[in-house]
Amino acid sequence: MISEHLPALQVVLPLISAPLIVVVRREAFAWSLATAVSWIGLGIAVELALRTAQSGAISYAIGNWPPPWGIEYRVDRLSSFVLVLVSLVGAIVMPYARTSVAAELPRERRYLFYSMYCLCLAGLLGITITGDVFNLFVFLEISSLSAYVLIAMGQKRKALFAAFQYLVLGTIGATFYVIGIGLLYLMTGTLNLADLAVRVAGVHELRPVLAALAFITVGIGMKLALFPLHQWLPNAYTYAPSVVTAFLAATATKVSLYVLMRFYYVVFGNALVFRTLPLDDILLALSVVAIVTMSLVAVFQSDLKRMLAYSSVAQIGYITLGIALTNAAGLTGAIAHLFNHGVTKGALFLLAGGISLRCGGTSFAAIAGLGQRMPFTSFGIVIAGLSLIGVPATAGFTTKWYLVVGALERGYWWLAALIVVSSLIAVAYVWRFVEAAYLQAPGPEAPRQGEMPLSMLLPAWLMVGACIYFGIWTSFNIGFAGSAAELLLHSGR
Amino acid sequence: MALVNHYGYWIAVFLMIVGLYITIAPGNLVKKLIGLGIFQTSVYLLYIAPAKLIGGTAPIISEAFKTYSNPLPHVLILTAIVVGVATLALGLAIVVRVREAYGTIEEDEILELDRAAEQQPAQ
Repeated sequence: MISEHLPALQVVLPLISAPLIVVVRREAFAWSLATAVSWIGLGIAVELALRTAQSGAISYAIGNWPPPWGIEYRVDRLSSFVLVLVSLVGAIVMPYARTSVAAELPRERRYLFYSMYCLCLAGLLGITITGDVFNLFVFLEISSLSAYVLIAMGQKRKALFAAFQYLVLGTIGATFYVIGIGLLYLMTGTLNLADLAVRVAGVHELRPVLAALAFITVGIGMKLALFPLHQWLPNAYTYAPSVVTAFLAATATKVSLYVLMRFYYVVFGNALVFRTLPLDDILLALSVVAIVTMSLVAVFQSDLKRMLAYSSVAQIGYITLGIALTNAAGLTGAIAHLFNHGVTKGALFLLAGGISLRCGGTSFAAIAGLGQRMPFTSFGIVIAGLSLIGVPATAGFTTKWYLVVGALERGYWWLAALIVVSSLIAVAYVWRFVEAAYLQAPGPEAPRQGEMPLSMLLPAWLMVGACIYFGIWTSFNIGFAGSAAELLLHSGR
Repeated sequence: MALVNHYGYWIAVFLMIVGLYITIAPGNLVKKLIGLGIFQTSVYLLYIAPAKLIGGTAPIISEAFKTYSNPLPHVLILTAIVVGVATLALGLAIVVRVREAYGTIEEDEILELDRAAEQQPAQ
């Protein structure tokens, strides 16, 4: 009975929780409900993933209006993979949030924090699950607006200006996306993703369709922090509350990357995007610049959180690189890296949140000698840092392997070499943490506090464990990503 | 002739560029939000202009009406207007908080204050 409505419940539960929390106004209730909803969401996402693996895509007609007229929720290999990532990060972040939020936010704003988190979760899950492009825009704005609020809740006043800049750039991006789907609707008369894919094939040489492709690329590129459009990201991630940084870094940009893959491979088809138009070369060039320059910029940061933010832009470059390779290995790497990087960066930002709680900041000066004061936190960052570099037996290695294979299949020897060289730059910035934490003596005024509370350390280490687990037992991330890549490559024309 | 017939699109594109320019050029945060509003509104026109037929009615099944306007873009834009209002409200709320925290809403002065704060760490 209820099991056939799981696709709707995936989005509806967090969506209803948000106003409920505002009505009740109790911090304990807000946290309990947000945590319960996150874990139920994870259960639903796993159940949906198992079902799609067994019996193919699930289509759910909202309000019983059959697609393509009504809004369709569609769960296939690719979307269920992203659903599992988003809900997994949510479920791990929430138990951590209680202590961290209590330390970073004033009492009267805490219940509002959980309300905004539920809205953001609903938006991100909605973007992933919906099969309707305008519905996707609405969810994009739900998640973005709540993300602006969450970022503005940061302790420093710089968080306000970071949130404002993100609001302006994010809104320009979303509006570009609306222009794009408006042009598509003018040419095809449909908003359903699957229906669009069929109909765009008939009109794909017309100029409005090409303009739509351009608008959607730039609009979604803004949201996913594609290299020259990433200006909002470093400040937003640096000054947001720790929980928000961990949650958004692991999910928000990944969901936008998923949207980009959908549009490129399913709606427009890789023949139009990558053969008629040279978008693969453009994307390849931008990705390479992103990987090299942003990794180098990360090396020279004086703050751990800011360094990780720049590293995020570089890591997003690996994902767009995989998209631009347009072969099965490259695309598998890109899809798996959504998950692997989400887990890795989530772990790093959760641990960084513990550091800012105990040391009052995450600048490299503040964390000198951290290895003695917070041994578990420091060791966790080193492990997750290895995954960021792509050392064998970590999640990061598996995706870089596929990216290198994909590059060699295209005959790009220089690119394969560049992926290896860029990993060495990652070694340099992870080493900066190792040097500060283990090789430097603590400053004279360093606070003499110990490890972060267990309620924060356990979830963070769960994420660190995931970095290792998914590097050794790859049947979920690589296996699922491989079949999702097949789906994308064969749905195109 | 084609240029004149499509004047609805010309207006939409003109407003789009004006809005985008106002969003980027001035340093005043409220002016930026005004530009953002104009930019979003131009997209509403882009949707509505092709959907509205002169003399067309709402899609009512009746002998008396022969020409209908397409209701779907109108409904979509109704949703987009709500999103636009929410964005503007949130943007202005953040500007109020920026003003409380910095005492100014000029972008260059805010950056200047941040730079000064960085050079003299908290005493």
